[in-house]
Amino acid sequence: MSTLEIKDLHVSIDTEQGNVPILKGVTLTINTGETHAIMGPNGSGKSTLASTIAGHPRYTVDSGSITLDGEDVLSMSVDERARAGLFLAMQYPVEVPGVTMTNFLRTAKTALDGEAPSLRHWTKDVKTAMAQLRIDADFAQRNVNEGFSGGEKKRVEILQLELFRPKFAILDETDSGLDVDALKVVSEGVNREHSKGEMGTLLITHYTRILRYIKPDFVHVFVAGRIAEQGGPELADQLEAEGYDRFTAQTPVEA
Amino acid sequence: MAETTHTEFTPDTAPDGEVTDLGDLDEKARLGAPAGAVDSSSAIDGFTEEGESLSSGDTGSEQLGLKKHSHGNAPVIPEASRGERRRSFDIADFPTLTGLEEDWRFTPLKRLRGLHTEALSASAPAVEVTGAGNVTVETVGRDDVRLGASATPEDRVSAAAWNAFGDATVITVPQETVADGEVMVSVRGTHAEASAQHILIDAKAFSKAVVVLDHQGSATLAQNVEIVVGDGAELTVVSVQEWDDDAVHVSSQQAKVGRDARYKHVVVSLGGDLVRLTPSSILTAPGAEVEMYGLYFADAGQHLEQRLLVDHAVPNCKSRVTYKGALQGADAHTVWVGDVLIRKAAEGTDTYETNRNLILTDGARSDSVPNLEIETGLIEGAGHASATGRFDDEHLFYLMARGIPEKAARRLVVRGFLTEVIQQIKVPALEERLSESVERELAAGNL
Repeated sequence: MSTLEIKDLHVSIDTEQGNVPILKGVTLTINTGETHAIMGPNGSGKSTLASTIAGHPRYTVDSGSITLDGEDVLSMSVDERARAGLFLAMQYPVEVPGVTMTNFLRTAKTALDGEAPSLRHWTKDVKTAMAQLRIDADFAQRNVNEGFSGGEKKRVEILQLELFRPKFAILDETDSGLDVDALKVVSEGVNREHSKGEMGTLLITHYTRILRYIKPDFVHVFVAGRIAEQGGPELADQLEAEGYDRFTAQTPVEA
Repeated sequence: MAETTHTEFTPDTAPDGEVTDLGDLDEKARLGAPAGAVDSSSAIDGFTEEGESLSSGDTGSEQLGLKKHSHGNAPVIPEASRGERRRSFDIADFPTLTGLEEDWRFTPLKRLRGLHTEALSASAPAVEVTGAGNVTVETVGRDDVRLGASATPEDRVSAAAWNAFGDATVITVPQETVADGEVMVSVRGTHAEASAQHILIDAKAFSKAVVVLDHQGSATLAQNVEIVVGDGAELTVVSVQEWDDDAVHVSSQQAKVGRDARYKHVVVSLGGDLVRLTPSSILTAPGAEVEMYGLYFADAGQHLEQRLLVDHAVPNCKSRVTYKGALQGADAHTVWVGDVLIRKAAEGTDTYETNRNLILTDGARSDSVPNLEIETGLIEGAGHASATGRFDDEHLFYLMARGIPEKAARRLVVRGFLTEVIQQIKVPALEERLSESVERELAAGNL
């Protein structure tokens, strides 16, 4: 059982107009086996939280802490965080020139585990996972994300989730841009991994749609860089009915 | 990876902004284009007075025969067709270089160390040929009738080299002979005085061989490599440039490819201050197949240039060109120009050329110019692609977020990118040596 603990996190970015604070005191604890949904309007800082946990250099942590089983995540480099068990399924996965999916997956798995995977099992695992996510076998020989459609990129993110088996998965708007079929396929992938009972999930989404397929234990509403309200799955239903107006009306929105 | 298709046109605009009479360009521009699309009094489709106005996806017009190029407002009037470029053994037929010539415009002439101006009278780098026992190696005088029989200089430096070389090396793979090993041609430079060299590789009919030109040391060398691929022969020529940092090397490598012959040419340019190769394949009889590969890795200050020509003069030949380059460091500069000419008679031609560049750091510059000139519509296929991309922080973040450490991530990308070309050499010892060289380049770039 692992715990990812975020305490009073303040994060800003540097822009041409100067330093802009985005997260203004986020506190959140996720345990193995739990699924937390973070919902909120555009610009509320949801994706900033995801990128900050993964260590994207664009974001500056001004104060607060992130720990994984007591270890200071903020002092780790990006690759160290991944090896510690954190996985970010990205909102906009980049195309990586010159590296085939096969080569990339094996290199990453080797780096994450500290040893090369047994070739026979690995090949089988990759094939199975690809088939389950309905990813064509010929993707294995293509360069990472190169020429993939939006939906294909998202499925490849979940493919990695299933193959790398992280302690905590952060899904950054994995549902956006997916049609219903793709959404189901992707959700099934997340549920398959989650059902093994060894992963905690932080699901960041703008829409409630994905919550029909992935059942959250907790729902947090993000507004203007803070958690404005939290509750159980019923909060998501309420948001579906009412939208974010109630929150955005209460809180002055910063440009 | 951001993809851009580099497509150039010559607007030939006069200083006042008027489109000038395009003269004999019209004839070319018209080829394959819809009737009436071009006339001498109006702008060519896709042009504006600002010059290039085509979107990156719109390369159609160029493929229809527009191939005139210039940079900026330089008054460059290249030949009407690549096939009409001047060829001569007489240096006087090529005017003194100014740098404005179409085929020299990317080359920093000041760094040629006199190759284009001096007598090239110093001793040429030593040539030593080892490897196959059933291949004939001769050192012959200038008067040997075989020399110059298959290739004629196409530029001033090549013509100067032809007129200045002392002895020549002639490597002959006898008819129906399979070379019993790789022919290693070691070219070792020991000084920086301008010199000239001539090498003839003659693969007779139905022979099979791999010849590696291995350039090392320090030199200022103008070189002609004349290559004959006989009917039904299968020849691979690999030209490796692992010169010392100061070397200057300008090399014309012209191949005449016979009926049903298979010719593969591989360029690997890693070392040297300025390396400019002009490899060409002249398809002289039907059924021939040509593959031309290139790998170049430019570090800070290096100028690595390659200008190719595939001349489809006869029917039913196939050609593939794949060049890949990596660049790192301030003022690293690479140039790739790929000319493919499909002449009127070359029906059934199947050709494709690709150039990809990977820019690893700020301050590097890569020029990529694919030119396809088509004089017949009765072809199997003809295409080209050019893409230049950056390896940037987002790529790095993506790979690191999967647990891959920074250095490993960078190397993963570059290695993957360049390996495709190295694998084409099919000489294991050389492939291994070049892979190690690429690793050293990466290490030197602190990647």
